[in-house]
Amino acid sequence: MVLILGSLQQGFIYALLALGIYISFRILNIPDLTAEGSFTFGLAVSASVTVLGHPFLGIILSIAAGAAAGTVTGIIQTKIGVHPVLAGILTMSGLYSINLMVMNKSSNLSLIANDTVFKITGRVLNVSSDDAVKLAVSMAVLFAVLVLVIVFFRMQLGLCIRATGDNEAMVRASSIDVDNTKIFALALSNSLIALSGGLLAQYQGFADINSGVGILVVGLASVIIGEAAAGKRGVALGFVSSVIGSIVYRFIVALAINFDIFPAFTLKLVSAVIVGIALSVPEIRAKYARNKIRREGLKNAEN
Amino acid sequence: MLKIKNAVKIFAKDTPNEHIALNNLNLSLNTGDFVTIVGSNGAGKSTLFNSVCGNFWLDKGHIILDNEDITYLPEHKRALKIGRVFQDPMKGTAPNLTIEENIALAYSKNKKGMFSFAVNRKEREMFRQSLSEFNMGLEDRMKTKVGLLSGGQRQVVTLLMCTLVMPKLLLLDEHTAALDPATAEKVMDITNTIVKKNKLTTLMITHNLSSALVTGNRTIMMDEGTIILDLSNDERKNMSIDDLLNMYSGKKNKKFDNDRMLLN
Repeated sequence: MVLILGSLQQGFIYALLALGIYISFRILNIPDLTAEGSFTFGLAVSASVTVLGHPFLGIILSIAAGAAAGTVTGIIQTKIGVHPVLAGILTMSGLYSINLMVMNKSSNLSLIANDTVFKITGRVLNVSSDDAVKLAVSMAVLFAVLVLVIVFFRMQLGLCIRATGDNEAMVRASSIDVDNTKIFALALSNSLIALSGGLLAQYQGFADINSGVGILVVGLASVIIGEAAAGKRGVALGFVSSVIGSIVYRFIVALAINFDIFPAFTLKLVSAVIVGIALSVPEIRAKYARNKIRREGLKNAEN
Repeated sequence: MLKIKNAVKIFAKDTPNEHIALNNLNLSLNTGDFVTIVGSNGAGKSTLFNSVCGNFWLDKGHIILDNEDITYLPEHKRALKIGRVFQDPMKGTAPNLTIEENIALAYSKNKKGMFSFAVNRKEREMFRQSLSEFNMGLEDRMKTKVGLLSGGQRQVVTLLMCTLVMPKLLLLDEHTAALDPATAEKVMDITNTIVKKNKLTTLMITHNLSSALVTGNRTIMMDEGTIILDLSNDERKNMSIDDLLNMYSGKKNKKFDNDRMLLN
């Protein structure tokens, strides 16, 4: 029960990360490494502001922080013309120092003694069960964000972002500013990722400077698990399946740790292997199909 | 309508590979002109289109469209006034978006804020109506991803996208060259219908000399970055393909070894 509840809570929070990764990786078609930095950025901002006594402001500022990080990557990519992957790496590296600065030069920050959005909500609603509050808050935030992004991608700007990931030249020919569209999309993607970090900090009651390491792979794993379950049909379904993927991923992780299938420190390796295998499936399938054609071709030639 | 003055474009300037793509080119189009452009590979036809569209800036010279100097206007801003169809059917449409979404994106030239819904019911009906005029059955496949259509079908969708919001200038860059003869003819018919109906000012690059002489009202021939022949009215009517070839070689002061250079 604890295992399921924990997986659900964390699954909802990390689902925000998965939504952000889905936007950059699947819709915009850019593997955006800013995520590693912006996740921790959101976490650090949220934790620091919570320590100052403003947990709700912390969440809002973490969204803004992520948007700023995405904007920087977008500008480096489009206005300066740096390769998208390298642009993400630049922002991510720079953010490491900024995150340390935000966390007052310490590599971790405890919120045990401070009020968080979860604690305050529990008090206001007069619910004594900690887990119930955590579940309700994370679910409510996720649900609101999910509805917003689904509606957004049915609007004109959302359509422009989708088309930009598909055929840039055509978008330009439709008199749309591709650069600004990309910058906006990256800001949106990273604001969701930072929101995920911001919520997580208050959920777990601490912030760690290394939380973002390998987070891109975690997000990708969620997106891919979701796609494996629901297939690739439309953007709205993509978002929903990423959420499901995130919950499933958390559940797998919890199971593995709980039953000592593998020790916790190997988690990132296992995630990387899962994502690697999942990403290679289309190529393996194509190779298998080709080999089958050749085998049958050779058989016919012998007859 | 369109005036190109002393256009110069040099690629790889100051290197041994220097190539003068546009050499003091002057061209003036009246409103409603439908001009076909012929010329061998490397004559500068596509460079002309690219500089009009703003893929790059001219080294020298000016481009004036509809009384506005667009020489240094960014590409996406020019796109408000210029529609362009490429030879490659893949270029003009987004494969993972549906027909409806592709058209909606092109239609956004016309309208509204970025935060309104991409397609509403009224527009959906309008898109359907416009597509049905081409008699290709595409109007019943509005929710189909464009990537699943054939080259000819994609080219028709692109044509509609370029002309749904009327451009001041339509550029057709060998837009039927990648299609089979029957489809090419069909797409050409649709092109003629659209251009005539809306009195569009149009430039069309083609390697089909017979089509070049019967389509539109004026034919120009390019070579080495300039216009070496400009035909309209009777001069054009009385021109045969052989004459055109002879004239070409006459102007160039050299004989063609092989007509295939021009006849495709």
